[in-house]
Amino acid sequence: MHAVLMMILQRLGLGILTLFVVSVVIFGATELLPGDLASSLLGQSATPETVAALRQQMGLDQPAPVRYWTWLTGVVQGDFGVSLATRRPISDMMSMRLGNTVFLALYAAAIAVPLSLVLGILAALWRNSLFDRVANAGALSAISFPEFFVAYILIFLLAQSGVFPSMVRISPAMGLTDKLYVTFLPALTLTLVVTAHMMRMTRAAIINLMASPYIEMARLKGVSPLRIVLRHALPNALAPIINVVALNLAYLITGVVVVEVVFVYPGLGQLMVDSVAKRDIAVVQAIALIFASAYVLLNLTADVLSTLTNPRLMRRK
Amino acid sequence: MSSDVLLQIRDLQIEGRAGEDWLPIIKGVNLTLKRGEVLGLIGESGAGKSTLGLAAMGFARDGCRISGGEINFDGIDLRTASERAKRNLRGQRIAYVAQSAAASFNPAHKLIDQYCEVPVLGGMSRSKAADEAVTLYRKMQLPDPEDIGFRYPHQVSGGQLQRAMTAMAMACHPDLIIFDEPTTALDVTTQIEVLAAIRDIVRDFNTAAIYITHDLAVVAQMADRIKILLRGDEVEEADTRAMLAAPKAEYTKSLWAVRSFTRPEQPPAEGAPLVSVQGVTAGYGKAQILHDVSFDIHPGRTVAVVGESGSGKSTVARVITGLLPPREGQVVFDGQPLPPDYRARTRDQLRQCQMIYQMADTALNPKLPLRELIGRPAQMYLGLKGRALDARVRDLLALIELEPDQYIDRLPSELSGGQKQRIGIARALAAEPRLIICDEVTSALDQIVQEGILKLLDRLQREFGLAYMFITHDLSTVRAIADDVVVMQLGRVVEQGPKPEMFTPPHAPYTDLLLSSVPEMDPDWLTRLLAAR
Amino acid sequence: MNVLIFLVLAIAASIPLSYAFRAGLVRVLPHEKALVARDMPLTAAFGIMVIGVYVIVAFAAPLLAPFPERAVVGSQFQPWDSTYLLGTDRLGRDMLSRLIYGARNTVGIAFATTALAFVVGALLGIWAALRGGWLDQLLSRFVDALMAIPSLIFSLLLLTIFGTSVLTLILVIAAVDATRVYRIARSVSQGVVVMDYIEAARLRGEGNWYLIRHEILPNALAPLVAEFGLRFCFVFLTISSLSFLGLGIQPPTADWGSMVRDNATLITFGDMTPLMPAGAIALLTVAVNFVVDWQLYRASGLKEQG
Repeated sequence: MHAVLMMILQRLGLGILTLFVVSVVIFGATELLPGDLASSLLGQSATPETVAALRQQMGLDQPAPVRYWTWLTGVVQGDFGVSLATRRPISDMMSMRLGNTVFLALYAAAIAVPLSLVLGILAALWRNSLFDRVANAGALSAISFPEFFVAYILIFLLAQSGVFPSMVRISPAMGLTDKLYVTFLPALTLTLVVTAHMMRMTRAAIINLMASPYIEMARLKGVSPLRIVLRHALPNALAPIINVVALNLAYLITGVVVVEVVFVYPGLGQLMVDSVAKRDIAVVQAIALIFASAYVLLNLTADVLSTLTNPRLMRRK
Repeated sequence: MSSDVLLQIRDLQIEGRAGEDWLPIIKGVNLTLKRGEVLGLIGESGAGKSTLGLAAMGFARDGCRISGGEINFDGIDLRTASERAKRNLRGQRIAYVAQSAAASFNPAHKLIDQYCEVPVLGGMSRSKAADEAVTLYRKMQLPDPEDIGFRYPHQVSGGQLQRAMTAMAMACHPDLIIFDEPTTALDVTTQIEVLAAIRDIVRDFNTAAIYITHDLAVVAQMADRIKILLRGDEVEEADTRAMLAAPKAEYTKSLWAVRSFTRPEQPPAEGAPLVSVQGVTAGYGKAQILHDVSFDIHPGRTVAVVGESGSGKSTVARVITGLLPPREGQVVFDGQPLPPDYRARTRDQLRQCQMIYQMADTALNPKLPLRELIGRPAQMYLGLKGRALDARVRDLLALIELEPDQYIDRLPSELSGGQKQRIGIARALAAEPRLIICDEVTSALDQIVQEGILKLLDRLQREFGLAYMFITHDLSTVRAIADDVVVMQLGRVVEQGPKPEMFTPPHAPYTDLLLSSVPEMDPDWLTRLLAAR
Repeated sequence: MNVLIFLVLAIAASIPLSYAFRAGLVRVLPHEKALVARDMPLTAAFGIMVIGVYVIVAFAAPLLAPFPERAVVGSQFQPWDSTYLLGTDRLGRDMLSRLIYGARNTVGIAFATTALAFVVGALLGIWAALRGGWLDQLLSRFVDALMAIPSLIFSLLLLTIFGTSVLTLILVIAAVDATRVYRIARSVSQGVVVMDYIEAARLRGEGNWYLIRHEILPNALAPLVAEFGLRFCFVFLTISSLSFLGLGIQPPTADWGSMVRDNATLITFGDMTPLMPAGAIALLTVAVNFVVDWQLYRASGLKEQG
């Protein structure tokens, strides 16, 4: 057990290091900004005096490492600075939206994960059957569709007739059922796209596993097909499946951006797109950091979980 | 049909899928097995022996199908039996022991849990099954039989896993066991223990068995009768002693004749050595693999470096070629110390020492035609171009007995295993070296092909006065081709000397163990050996 | 329900079409390639056929389009009729003409981006695998760090900084995707580098450039070509998404992503015209994926036999 604990601590350490590097990259990227943040903010008409004043106010006259440190300590305490466009604190702008985005992602994940695992396992077991071929071609097509295409087809089919709303208006006072109802279309869009990916990867992982000699051995021992899957394949399939799920949940993060824009959903993705259009680098930076952290943490969790399910790692010689 | 017949296979045909088409793998084989009888199934790679073994369980791998004939096991027709009926037979009445136990045990479960699965499904109580497991583990001479079952497969060595798998197959006292090359992946000294354990337990339980192998000497110890397969067809079948004494078919005779090639004995080495490995100590990272290794290679002679896996014999080759610079000691070539790292060696130093690899498949770039594979060293080292290069490549092809016009523009994938190995030899010759290192060059080949390669190497050696360093685990190869022998164990040289000396007692204890462990073509060899030990 | 009926009809029509296309290929091609074509699944035939049509449309756009790319030729949002086959957009430009020019712009930019990402990523990846040691470690850790940021998010960040022009778009997406190509190229090459024939070539004294050109590249080509197809799909979808978000290819250039964005309001009124550019994106991606899938299957099948 001691070795495993060490390994998990090692992974955690590596995760934190990655987060740190990611924050450096995101902060450093803004340093590449041609010209100066203050002058680009004030535009052509700015006088050197006003630029200098703004620079001092924003702390731009300080060296980069100092500014990074100030930014990072702020972020750790939940203070992301102020928006360049609206001058409002970024954390205020994000707090509601972060919750909305997480809600939408979890909603989609709650449908997509069980659905795709079942479909993927069935397709692997009935390999080359009609079900497998149709599921495969369907999934391959769905992967190829841009998210906005799926979204608009759903709007065309389901919202135009008034069954579901095509624009999402949610308020904190809403009950859960109402919330689930109004966010159904965006959640469904994400589900369709992610399910396709996840199903294909699950299928590949299971097929890979079913080709192992120990599965053939189980068949030659006269073990029933169901028992082969449950007892011989599944314990070994956990690690690859965990990784597939994590990879696709991480994919939800980027999928959410487009889908939020289509459905005018008040989430972080929409805010990010607006801020990119306004070139509000401070907000973009903050949201990028949040998305990247979620991504890193997901992968870290998957890493630790798959370590825990691997007997080779759990029990050393 | 008398009732003591357990398994009857008639005119069996099995096909394998190749793209859209089905190609025959087994072409109408008959097989009869009585209760308690052991049948040895012999054949080279691609003979269809595993496919036939699995068919005896009514099983065909994915991509294969049983397309004709009948399989009758103790009155049950396995071709028409339902999946459920076949499942009930498997494990309970017919069991299987696979070649690679390490891959065939489920890594997620303890050995004893995997042992108990079939008996418990068959209605035995778990505690009774576990008790029996310990008894069988003890019978199979596994160390620590009380506890070994509670380990996971990756915590147990290969030889022990193979015995644990045999114990698992015995769990329900089956009428028939299929052994599919159970000792092929093991070292010779480990192989003995597994062979002895398998033979005893099969006799004690009076179990019938089909023993599949490519090794004639092994099957001689294990089988009552031997059946020989060639490309899906039956060649010959006879009682073991009768077959060993007087093989009938030409193919069988050629199999027997394989071991007849021996290089004539040479007088002991004289004069200065070509290569001198002096006090080499080497390793990777923290691991120390070689400890103070020294030996000489003389011009025109073959030094065989013998050892089991983990002995460090291949690492010595990496030190000589400069892939692994030693920590201490040096390699002297023709009186001059070689730079330890190959990158520091001159082109001429690189040229003089060439290498031939075990797996021709990975040693030849599959995307280059033979013209370029063989021509490149000649172009690089000797500056040959155009016509001269073309002529040289053709000479080399003729030298390795391949028709130049027919082969010069082929890709390696269009050659057989033995031909690929010949290309490896031609590539080494193209550099006009003085030393060729042969790393297990024959161990991936069928026996008849091995013979051809050894003869070719011998002829080339006499023609060009080459020195060979022959790395091998196979003592019959050593007997055939070596002038001098270096025996290695755990990174140290245990014993070395000219071949005649090495093969006559007294030996170092490890050499003795190694020599006595090589199976001989005598059905009583194992019995005698075990009695003597 | 029109869309569903349309989709079903399209699928029903494409089956005999791909069948005929495959039969035609078998006739036209020389013997060896005809055998390959005969064995290819219908999906792959469909994919090749669609890719072919797109390439023709992209090259022959000025000949095929009834109106110029950027000209305002009618009033806004005109319905389908005999002059404007697919109607006009919100500025009164001909939809069909813009759809045809879009093939040139959107696909061309995506292709250039993928090619750039590939040259940079694959060369670095192969080099890292060949050299190994600290250089490999340094490059790989750097790429790992960049890959810890989801690609769309990273692209958005970079576009904020460098602004949105076609050139920055190509450079930014190529840079982000080069990291993914690097990963694949490195792992494929590592599989090749451990082979004995590389060791043999090194011991022969060959230089790095020879090793890359003669020993590694020919053996890494098949998986890299498949990866190129997949990468192209990914880049194509990313650029389309960015254009849809208003951050990619900028007006007045005809581009499928921004065409959807500009005319999306029509969808809520039950007009499916704006779905067409989105469908054009989807169709090409499906086609490429079908072909790649077939190639990957072929590569794995060949390996099993060999």
